[in-house]
Order: sequence, then C-alpha cells, then structure tokens
Amino acid sequence: MGVVDRGASGTHLAAREIVLCAVVGDNGRVKLYRDEAIVLRTHKLGEADRIVTLLTRNYGQVRAVAKGVRRTSSKFGARLEPFAVIDVQLYAGRSLDVITQVDTLAPHGRALGSDYSLFTTATAMAETADRLTEVPGEPATQQYLLLAGALRALADRRHPATLVLDSYLLRALAVGGWAPSFTECARCGESGPHRAFSAPVGGAVCMGCRPPGAASPAPETFALLGALLAGEWVSAEASEEKHRREASGLVAVYTQWHLERQLRSLRHVERA
Amino acid sequence: MSAYDGVVQELIDELGQLPGVGPKSAQRIAFHILSADTERVHRLATALTEVKARVRFCEICGNVSEEDQCRICRDPRRDGGLLCVVEEAKDVVAIERTREFRGRYHVLGGAINPIDGVGPDDLRIRELMTRLADGEVTEVIIATDPNVEGEATATYLTRMLRPMGIVVSRLASGLPVGGDLEYADEITLGRAFEGRRSIDV
Repeated sequence: MGVVDRGASGTHLAAREIVLCAVVGDNGRVKLYRDEAIVLRTHKLGEADRIVTLLTRNYGQVRAVAKGVRRTSSKFGARLEPFAVIDVQLYAGRSLDVITQVDTLAPHGRALGSDYSLFTTATAMAETADRLTEVPGEPATQQYLLLAGALRALADRRHPATLVLDSYLLRALAVGGWAPSFTECARCGESGPHRAFSAPVGGAVCMGCRPPGAASPAPETFALLGALLAGEWVSAEASEEKHRREASGLVAVYTQWHLERQLRSLRHVERA
Repeated sequence: MSAYDGVVQELIDELGQLPGVGPKSAQRIAFHILSADTERVHRLATALTEVKARVRFCEICGNVSEEDQCRICRDPRRDGGLLCVVEEAKDVVAIERTREFRGRYHVLGGAINPIDGVGPDDLRIRELMTRLADGEVTEVIIATDPNVEGEATATYLTRMLRPMGIVVSRLASGLPVGGDLEYADEITLGRAFEGRRSIDV
C-alpha cells in the first residue's frame, strides 16, 4: 500500500482515503497526505528548522518537521505559528513527517499574541490538547473540533477568557473519558445537588461518599461548573467573580489530577 | 558500542554532544584532530578552555563579555536614552551589523513560553525595570522575535513600561528587502500593510 498508514479504525480509514485521493496524483506511491490542523507548539531544530506539533482533524497528533522556517525568507514560517488553524500537506517520513505546503485557515496568532492574558490562556489549552492526544496515530477529531472552537471563541473575545479556558478543560477531559459529575454523586450516583467536591473521585460527592480532604464549594460554583461543562454561556456569564475563581481552582485541580501531571502553562495563566 | 579504545572514543563521544554533530561527523572530526599538527590542536584546546574561563555575562545588559561590563555598555559614545530589548546575545550581534542603532541593549535571555515553563520571572525583566528606574532611558525598542512568543513578551513588556512614561516601540514586520511581493505570505504581507508609512519627499 503506497499510502501512509495512520489510525486503524474503519471509520477513519474512509476519511483518510478521501483525503489521500485528493493529493495522490499520477504517482500513486508518493506518501503525501493532507489535513486540517491546529499548531499546538513548536521546537527549534538544528540551524533553521522547527519541529511542529500539530493536532490534525483526521490523524490525531502529528509531529512534523518544517524545514527552513526560522529564516526570514521562509514562505510558510508565518503560517506555522502556535494556535494557527491551517490546511497542511505532509510527506510521511521515516520518523517524523515533513511539512511540504501550508495554507492559513485562521491565523489566531496575531489576536492571541497581542493580549497577554489571551496568550497564556491559549497556551494552557494547547498544552492540555497536547497531553490528551499524545498517543501517536490515534484520531482525535472531537479534540480537534473542541480546541478549534475554543481558540476561535478566545480570539474573537466572545466570552471571558477564564470561562473559555475552564469550559475547554472540562469538555476536553470529558471527551478524553474523564467526564466530571457536578450534580449526581460521582461514586454512588445519588442525585444531587451535593455540597462536596473531590477531584480523585470525579466531581460532586454526597455526604456518605465524601472522602477526607474534599472541597466544599458554594452551590453557585457547582452551577457554574455544570454550565461550563454543558456550554451554557448565558448562565455561565451571569456568575459572580468569586464563584468563577473558585471554579477555576477546582478545574485546575481536577485537570491535573486526571492528566496525572502538572500543566506547566497553567501556573502562568493570567486571569483578568 | 565503543568502536575505538580509550581516549579516541572519549573524544568522539564528547564531539558527538555538540549541536548538529552526529556519530559519523564526530568520528570524522576526531580523526581530523588526530592527523592535525600539535600546534593547531593546542590552539583549539586553549580557545576552548579560555572561552569558558574568561567569558561571562555583562552585569548591566546580560550580553556576553570578557569584563564585568560589555564593550557596548562601557562605550561613552553610545546614546544612553535609547534601549533595545532583545531575546538573546546573538540578536545583539545581528542588530550591531545593521550599524543603524547607536543606543544600548538589554538581553532578556529568552521569550515568555509558558508551555516550556518559561514565565516572566524567568527572564531578566526585573533587571530591566531596575535599569529604567533612574529615568535616563527615554525610549525602549522591543526587538523580540516576530513569532507568537516574542509578540507576547513584547505585549507584556509594553504593559509594564507604558505607566513609567517611557516611549515604547516595536520593530516593524514586513517584506524582506530584495524579495518579490507575490511570494510574501499573507500574514507578513498583512503586517507590512498595517505598518505602512507615508513617504516624505
């Protein structure tokens, strides 16, 4: 098979073949593929190259080499900035893929780089997406769509940045399989509302299941968390500052507990 | 996997640690050194130990220097009212090559990059603030890299410097000299439009 073999599930195979047909021309053996992607982060490589971590729509996370992009004469260096949504063509290399062409779909870099709190917020989202899609070759279309939507909301300043971040973190974890519960008890399923919150157990806990050291957030905070998870912006935006702060703290603890490591950028997020 | 004995392998291993030098290149360089005359090898060895022993960072601007203060900070002909903020010492050299700038520099030591754990406190921003406190500097030119991290660092600095009543400017982004407009990417071209200036004849 002359095409690149990425992601094994049947549904994605079809999607991949459609994408591949578009680029595999007369020479069917050329290992090129094309997809939409979000630039999560970049590393310097050698003299003038970069390794770019992409979250693609159909192939999951891809680490690819962008050659010569650090030179001022580079034609696509500007398109491979973090947070940019791009249409990218890659060549499947032996260890890392090589980026051959890039087109911009949404250049969020400008809007997010010129506002410090938006920049730090977007970085925390990109790092979370990076961690959640670490398994190479595993398609992560839902994570892609979620991050693309969150970055757009952030760049357009549609909602307050901290709410976008917390909502993104909760929903990204839910997609990843760590959906929190904010009404029923996360252990016994008893219907709520409950008064205690425990990140290790998975959200709200009833008085009977409450482990030692569980937090006791305000009922309004529970309501805000529920709204953020469901994407109910009207009620989320009606919340008070102190409940937003409390919710952010709980979301940070919940995220880092379930990702089993610290998010380095979360500490630097500037909450306006 | 050591193919050679003792010191030869040690040399190859050490050379292989250098950036851009793979195992094969390391072996080639090692054998080049072996075949070179003693005088040249001695000069190389001296240069290596001297650079480590003598070079340090300028206590004012953070640039590399052999003295406590670098050549540029000591030069009285430099304009003390202009300060150019750069990410790395390499950027000082790049700007010096233009011969356009006659002020002094401040090297931050990188750009804000939270995903790698680099926040504002990890850069030499506090030193910059101390330097600006005496009021001698009237304009700060922010010359961080034109990428998202550099842009965010510039935004952060601007926010801190504006209340101090200092003129803050940012290097322009735009078309490279000698290039064709049709080949410019849309982001750079957009910036060039944004930063266009009127021509005074």
